[in-house]
Amino acid sequence: MNEKLKVSPSPHIRDKIKSSNIMLLVLIALLPTTIFGIYNFRHENAWLLVLVTTAVAVLSEYVYEKLMHKPITIGDCSAAVTGLLLALNLPPTLPIWMGALGSIFAIVVVKQLFGGLGQNFMNPALAARCFLLISFTGRMTYFVYDGVTGATPLAKLKVGEVVNTFDMMMGSTRGTIGETSVIAIMVGAMLLLFMGVIDLRIPGTYLVTFVIFISLFGGHGFDAQYITAHLCGGGIMLGAWFMATDYVTSPITKTGQIVYGICLGLLTGLFRLFGGSAEGVSYAIIISNLLVPLIEKITLPRPFGKGGEK
Amino acid sequence: MNKYTERLLNGLIKENPTFVLMLGMCPTLAVTTSAMNGIGMGLSTTVVLVLSNMLISMLRKIIPDSVRMPAFIVVVASFVTIVQFLLEGFVPSLYDSLGLYIPLIVVNCIILGRAESFASKNPVIDSIFDGIGMGLGFTVGLTSIGIVREILGAGTIFGFHVLPTSYEPITIFILAPGAFFVLAILTALQNYVKNRAKKQGKEVIEAAGCGAGCGSCGHNCGTTQAK
Repeated sequence: MNEKLKVSPSPHIRDKIKSSNIMLLVLIALLPTTIFGIYNFRHENAWLLVLVTTAVAVLSEYVYEKLMHKPITIGDCSAAVTGLLLALNLPPTLPIWMGALGSIFAIVVVKQLFGGLGQNFMNPALAARCFLLISFTGRMTYFVYDGVTGATPLAKLKVGEVVNTFDMMMGSTRGTIGETSVIAIMVGAMLLLFMGVIDLRIPGTYLVTFVIFISLFGGHGFDAQYITAHLCGGGIMLGAWFMATDYVTSPITKTGQIVYGICLGLLTGLFRLFGGSAEGVSYAIIISNLLVPLIEKITLPRPFGKGGEK
Repeated sequence: MNKYTERLLNGLIKENPTFVLMLGMCPTLAVTTSAMNGIGMGLSTTVVLVLSNMLISMLRKIIPDSVRMPAFIVVVASFVTIVQFLLEGFVPSLYDSLGLYIPLIVVNCIILGRAESFASKNPVIDSIFDGIGMGLGFTVGLTSIGIVREILGAGTIFGFHVLPTSYEPITIFILAPGAFFVLAILTALQNYVKNRAKKQGKEVIEAAGCGAGCGSCGHNCGTTQAK
């Protein structure tokens, strides 16, 4: 029997790329950030938190699927990516068990209860970060660098203090494990862009909208120093390149991705400038995740031949 | 099993208002921040439910069908007002922590649901037992949610510390999202237990009031309509 005569529904052409390849690439792209974070917070033993959080994410996926008699999907690396992203979003001094609790919440409640990879309605890592942020507010906003406790650059910026933009670019400052170094994040992001895993549409519109928003409402006008500090501070770079671009929770239509990016920029700006706390990236992303089905609905492309101009 | 114990078990297990019928979700989610609040809300509702079931059952041949809803509301609201004053007078601390949710018992869908689907069609004694069963079922539901939320969110049960002081409370459980998590997980657990019992062929308690569980019943009895 000729292979070419087989009758099957579309799609007929399949790519060689599988989700496990993509997830593996994301893991590799996160390596510079992870290694820098572990080195940067070596006095706080950040490596242990990163290791445990990632391991518990993979383990809880395995245990849940085993108990529910489902196929084991830890091989596709998506649980590892979730665990690692969560760890990069935690302050280095967080007690280990809280990181583990966050991982269990991310995998079991946000991902598996809604049907596993591809079905989760919001980014599991960020949902877990918000879960921990609400539960242990004190611990989650306690930042140390080189043994000295203090405010993050973003919090200083909010109260009008001077910040060192160069340190924020390099990463030798306070913050969560993965968010401090813009350089390390950009190395990974460039790799993903180059490999075609992500494109510029979401991060680009996100960052541009954000810059426009803070130039309009930040009270400093188009002040390059102020805007750079906002872009390099907090989780906006990590969020824009690695978490807003998550395939599952971002729109699939091209126009939709632009609308999504604009939503992200507006919400982040709104939370940072007018919100109670200095940072708002994680809330902005999970709220925009919730808007994705609506965005997709209004930006649905019309099939060829169906209806004309209104 | 006589029909009175059957009514009690129906309310407690078979048609548990919190975990099976999913009625009265507003107080269930809002006031169960502690076990004490759960039990207080549950018992207040039980008292109103028993009394209103009794009175509506007595009046079932007098109330004209076309104005039965306003009539039920008047009956329920009178009892709620009495309970509200009693709580305010004798347990002011509970009254303060339940706050607005005491007057809101008037529009609790369990009470209107039982009035519509049971008390207005059945004799007085049956209706009283139905009220007790449903009320206790509601109390058990609220108290168990309250206990879980209080342990996880504050490390205490009924105000007593049960976990070591080194335990850091997971605050989200006494905030609104925690109510949804705990309700969902407890509902899933009781479904799991019931399904397993069914699979093993154990006797499953059948309801007599309307024949079967509301999920499988297509009859338009009003229980699932209210709110």
